Amino acid sequence: MYNYPDSTGHFGPYGGIYVAETLMSALEELNQAYEKYRHNPEFVAELNYDLKHFVGRPSPIYHAKRWSQQLGGAQIFLKREDLNHTGAHKVNNTVGQALLAKRMGKPRVIAETGAGQHGVATATVAARYGMECVVYMGSEDVQRQAQNVYRMKLLGATVVPVESGSKTLKDALNEAMRDWVTNIENTFYIIGTVAGPHPYPMMVRDFNAIVGKECVVQMPELAGRQPDAVIACVGGGSNAMGVFYFYIDMPGVKLIGVEAGGQGIASGQHAAPLTTNSPVGVLHGNRTYLMQDADGQIIETHSISAGLDYPGVGPEHSWLKDSGRAEYVAINDDEALRAFHDLCHFEGIIPALESSHALAYAAKIAPTMNKDKVLLVNLSGRGDKDMATVARASGIEF
Amino acid sequence: MSRIQTTFDKLKQHQRKALIPFFTAGDPDPKLTVPLLHALVEAGADVIELGVPFSDPMADGPTIQRASERALKHHVSLHHVLDMVAEFRRSNTGTPIVLMGYGNPIEAMGWGTFAKRCAEVGVDGVLTVDFPPEEGHEAFAHLEKHGIDPIFLLAPTSTDARVARVAKQARGYVYYVSLKGVTGAGNLDLSAIAEKIPHLRKHIKLPIGVGFGIRDAATALAVAKLCDGVVVGSRIVQEIENSTEQNVVANVSKLVKELRQAVDKA
Repeated sequence: MYNYPDSTGHFGPYGGIYVAETLMSALEELNQAYEKYRHNPEFVAELNYDLKHFVGRPSPIYHAKRWSQQLGGAQIFLKREDLNHTGAHKVNNTVGQALLAKRMGKPRVIAETGAGQHGVATATVAARYGMECVVYMGSEDVQRQAQNVYRMKLLGATVVPVESGSKTLKDALNEAMRDWVTNIENTFYIIGTVAGPHPYPMMVRDFNAIVGKECVVQMPELAGRQPDAVIACVGGGSNAMGVFYFYIDMPGVKLIGVEAGGQGIASGQHAAPLTTNSPVGVLHGNRTYLMQDADGQIIETHSISAGLDYPGVGPEHSWLKDSGRAEYVAINDDEALRAFHDLCHFEGIIPALESSHALAYAAKIAPTMNKDKVLLVNLSGRGDKDMATVARASGIEF
Repeated sequence: MSRIQTTFDKLKQHQRKALIPFFTAGDPDPKLTVPLLHALVEAGADVIELGVPFSDPMADGPTIQRASERALKHHVSLHHVLDMVAEFRRSNTGTPIVLMGYGNPIEAMGWGTFAKRCAEVGVDGVLTVDFPPEEGHEAFAHLEKHGIDPIFLLAPTSTDARVARVAKQARGYVYYVSLKGVTGAGNLDLSAIAEKIPHLRKHIKLPIGVGFGIRDAATALAVAKLCDGVVVGSRIVQEIENSTEQNVVANVSKLVKELRQAVDKA
């Protein structure tokens, strides 16, 4: 039986609590609250009610027949997290953490965001539960994702552009941590991925694990059996942990995480710490594979998708890689774009650029497999937010 | 006996409080780091905390973040910082140097190599902001093997249990972060510090330095009365930021002299 992390938040040598003393007591308080409520029947009932009526769960699984036929091999099934309220898996986690914040008596929530999906999901639940909300976003990303910034504002959140460092997701995370340490008494930090100090990697995974839990029931109903492989994109890795978790103890199901290959691994312009065997290091509260230079400074990453543009990766993925339970590969910007267009064309679904990395890997291996093989791809979000990026890549400016 | 302990013992004999300035190595320019170290000593520093630049200084406010960015523009690495200490030690063998920063640059060098180099060049203590006692066993064992003091932070939010835990592993002195927040933030709450220090003393037998939010002679004096040492960081870094390469050493020196005079009234 897979049983990670241990009681101190470690996945083998990864994870842990690497933060300044000023945050330690807040993390202890959070850990105690989470342990108290995670199996509490009232908490679980409230969470499930909102997941059903507010988020729209369970999300369906869809057999992408035309695209599979076109590819000429394995059958591709899509877990439709794009159909959730707010358009991505991120809301599964923000509903959970906001309900926990409510029980802990914290009236203010903060979040970091890259593409803006987690920011929108946080602003959404803050409005839903009547909480003050501040979202930190790299100023580069504020430019790239203007529409999501406006969505957050409509929902009543304050969006703070972060000008330090590389002005992207990692800097937004730094800034959110700084806010939290300053406002620790009234503020709950809703981290959006399976990274950060313990208990975040575990807690964010648990709230997203509903995705895989549903798949385990839905796949036999729809496909007659469990998939041969589950494929998901990995930036921090929350949608991947969500869909992987209930499959970890099924040895017949391969788990494949797809990182952002950017302009190609050889170019160095990517965000693929696992695929490239980056050195292990410590950032944002945990030990994990980490893109860094020889001096231990964190380096800038590249991906066409803002949501994958992160130098680290959730510590549980590092552990799944080392233990051999999951395998990690990279898909380049152009391959992801091709899959994006193919899914639009053959299935009438506009996928998020993040999810398009997972789709592209499925498209790569499906033709090498028999037609009776089954691939399950987590379609973690919809692509409406990516219109400007995709148009620009095609030489079109609005 | 370590240089840190010797320094605090001597101060205690003379009933004086320690003045512990901080600045980031390589800021504003690597060639000014060693001259700044000497100037701090001449101006009255008892211990110096030398910041190791890091790309993602999560626990620091904008002032020290910018210092890190300026140093990194000059590609100042942990190797360089150790070389700077070696150069400083050629003409100063008495003033303790504490390296302060984040764990990852040390991880990249390897804790074994790092601890050995620290001992060789004359570093006395290491404060790794993001390595609490729980996570640092292996790291701190390397430091201990080479006689380097691991310095720890305590905060207003630290519970009694945490204070006791830090007390077990800390050497040299303990750095009490006087307010909630990042470096360079907000106003001091002197009564809160006065209330907390006796609680800390129940477990902490080492000298206690207090930092965060000390901006001038008046706050330095007020804090010095409550503890064994005063740490001044962002204010000094701000002085560096507002100076030119020509007058930075003189300006920092003047500021530290004022702080020294204030601390000596305590």
